[in-house]
Amino acid sequence: MLKINGTDSDSAGKTVEQYIAETNYNLSRIAVEINGEILPKSLYGSTVLHDGDTVEIVGFVGGG
Amino acid sequence: MILDEKQAKRYVRHFALKEIGVRGQKKLLSSKVLVIGAGGLGSPAILYLASAGVGTIGIVDFDSVDFSNLQRQIIHNTRNIGIPKTTSAQNAVKALNPDVTVRLYDFPVTPDNITDIISEYDFILDCTDRFETKFLVNDACVLAAKPFSHAGVIRFEGQAMTYVPKKGPCLRCLIGEIPHDAVTCKDAGVVGAAVGVLGSVQALEAIKFLLGTGELLCGKVFSFDGLTMQVRVHSIPHADPGCAVCGNTPKILSLSENRNDYQIHSCDTGGETV
Ligand SMILES: [Zn+2]
Repeated sequence: MLKINGTDSDSAGKTVEQYIAETNYNLSRIAVEINGEILPKSLYGSTVLHDGDTVEIVGFVGGG
Repeated sequence: MILDEKQAKRYVRHFALKEIGVRGQKKLLSSKVLVIGAGGLGSPAILYLASAGVGTIGIVDFDSVDFSNLQRQIIHNTRNIGIPKTTSAQNAVKALNPDVTVRLYDFPVTPDNITDIISEYDFILDCTDRFETKFLVNDACVLAAKPFSHAGVIRFEGQAMTYVPKKGPCLRCLIGEIPHDAVTCKDAGVVGAAVGVLGSVQALEAIKFLLGTGELLCGKVFSFDGLTMQVRVHSIPHADPGCAVCGNTPKILSLSENRNDYQIHSCDTGGETV
């Protein structure tokens, strides 16, 4: 099990890209923080989620 | 530079701060900051920079003041409806602090003009209202090695980060491609006081950068939800080696070659700063 935005998830083994593809998140409007650090965008395809990870989805908004 | 009697009174609350003092005040007075967008973010940012005595403030906006702006764009007022936002903002700055030299750019930033404009300034504030322009500012600043503050806000929430060349990530390191389908404040609504938080954060980042004091939001993302009062600072200590503009083998080498990317795709092309 890992935690995504505070909720238990059984996404261990998936890449970040695979996990996001299964959600309603728009890839280009979020950053993904894993265990306290935001993951650079180019590493989404090669970064695998592990049991015990704490994942936060950080939304970006474009107004101003 | 010698501060006159009025200046000595005006900035007295800065003198008490060990991070500013008389020396820091002189630094601010000889600094140049560019604010792109005199809307929701730009209004408080420009006012705080002017009140702090930042000596030269450039203001970019191509829009005119409309009644619908006044719910949040606090630099403008009812008397200035219909006049250019640049002129309206200049009036407010002049009334607030005659020490400040204001330079106006009464047209939008484009891939062709932005590099020349930013080259005149020490620090840039991206106070624009849509991702396409935010990425234009990001890419221009990365390519010209200029530090800048990013912010975005919608409804009650927003985020801010600061780019410092060679010191941390840029906006593309964090979000990659431009979200062309993003909702704008016009569609979604926005609360003035929430935009004010982010605009103030941007002014504070500029002041700290100019003084060389404190910790910038470089390698960090400040995210703020005014509805729940959740405030977080997320860490991203390193730039993305695979970043399209600041990475090891960048795909974006010039703004003009990448100009299609900055085209505004959303349904509304009015370009009103929120
Ligand atoms: Zn980058």
